[in-house]
Amino acid sequence: MGTAEQTVEVVDLIEITIRELNQRLHDAADGGPQNWRITHPNGLHAIGAGINAPLEIDIDGHVGYYCVGMNKEANVRIHGSAGVGLAENIMSGTVIVDGDTSQSAAATGRGGLLVVRGNAAARCGISMKGVNIVVEGNVGHLSAFMAQKGALVVCGDAGEALGDSIYETHIYVRGSVAELGADCIEKDFKEFHTAELTGLLAEAGVDANPGDFKRYGSARKLYNFSIDNADAY
Amino acid sequence: MCGIAGLFSKSSSFEERLGDHLSDMLIQMADRGPDSAGVAFYRNPAPTGSSKVTLFSPDEGYDWDLVAGELSGAFGGSNAPEIRASHAVIVVQTDADDAGRWVIDNHPELRVMSAGQTIEIYKEKGDPREFVDRFGLRELSATHALGHTRMATESIVTTEHSHPFSTGLDLCLVHNGSLCNHNRLREELRREGITIQTDNDSEVAAAYLTWKMREGASLTEALESALDDLDGFFTFAVGTADGFAVLRDPIACKPAVMSESEDWVAMASEYRAIAVLPGAEEARVWEPDPGQVYIWEKEKV
Repeated sequence: MGTAEQTVEVVDLIEITIRELNQRLHDAADGGPQNWRITHPNGLHAIGAGINAPLEIDIDGHVGYYCVGMNKEANVRIHGSAGVGLAENIMSGTVIVDGDTSQSAAATGRGGLLVVRGNAAARCGISMKGVNIVVEGNVGHLSAFMAQKGALVVCGDAGEALGDSIYETHIYVRGSVAELGADCIEKDFKEFHTAELTGLLAEAGVDANPGDFKRYGSARKLYNFSIDNADAY
Repeated sequence: MCGIAGLFSKSSSFEERLGDHLSDMLIQMADRGPDSAGVAFYRNPAPTGSSKVTLFSPDEGYDWDLVAGELSGAFGGSNAPEIRASHAVIVVQTDADDAGRWVIDNHPELRVMSAGQTIEIYKEKGDPREFVDRFGLRELSATHALGHTRMATESIVTTEHSHPFSTGLDLCLVHNGSLCNHNRLREELRREGITIQTDNDSEVAAAYLTWKMREGASLTEALESALDDLDGFFTFAVGTADGFAVLRDPIACKPAVMSESEDWVAMASEYRAIAVLPGAEEARVWEPDPGQVYIWEKEKV
């Protein structure tokens, strides 16, 4: 690739503040370094919030709350674990976490892909609206609560109340499900679902057989949106 | 909010510096709880046949030598009080129950912060950073310690309303969260003869554990029954003579992170309080499952 790819902007969070870092990442939307390495994140909050450019970012260590919230276009690799609200409201791009994530990963996410190599805690993908999430380990309780769109792939086990009050998100789980939430049921695989799951596993770099997964989704008994009633909304 | 930090040493060399490291953790949690701060240090066991009490007086010029002298007169021995800001630790030649009761009966102007063989509780309203300096916490060695930074929600900000709360000899509790049924439960516990000194919800949780264990429950059993009987949000950390325990409510409203290295076991509300420990980058880090009791004790690590 071009010379820009060979230059990596290294930022040490012991030396500059989160505000300074985030301002520089925002400014990169108008030109400047495209490849970034962030060191000593030390659990700090809001690292890389609001990025709006196709940056390539590596973060060396554990991040705190709301890391790369609202991410647009950037590809972010976190070489550690993440605190509450990772990639909250992600719009596009890819976020890959080598370790675990705390609660509410990719909450309300509208697009893009989140890959968690370890476990995701409770409320993973809560109110997701189009993001795809692939978790190699387990997810905690209330994951995909009121999930509207996109797909949640869990290679391990899922906690209680999976997909409670779900709308149209597709859920795939390879392991056990402690309990399905209200209006969430097991569903048949159609050709589309096998293709979707196969594609997501490949995109996430996960070696798993799509045939080992079960699919869950909405029974559509709890929500009653009918196109004929559109005028009422 | 509120911040919690717990640190358990796995080596004697780390014990020497435990106060310094716990102080760093507490300061990281300062913006989760700027109203008050408190710590429980487990250190310097009182000799066999004696015990120690940590006492608090709001009077800066309080005559601690006088109280220590009276305690020597009542129970024998002679021990100088170890004074830290508004608190003093006094070794008494009797068991901790007797020593605590004597202070309550004879010096109602004092508050017994803790009693036991090894526990010392210090707490004070105000900024956690100032608290660390004022109490000289960095110089303290200890086998393990718990700390708390408070952002008050359910009751007023005073030294007495700060955490940790003593919950029996060598036991204490810190809490991040809020309890809904503390008023009714407080009345029930008082009827059972449990002493509760404030209108704070977390003190009721401490008193609940005291009552359960008085009735014969182990710490694990007491915490497990708390899952049924306490209505609200909580991450609890409980200090014991030999270690500490952690419990999150089943809904997991409040955060907790745990970590273990060759030298220490740590828990905190957030990872940034652990990041300041030596060797944190190589340590194992994980989030405790909600509704599960985790316990570290000396012989088990």
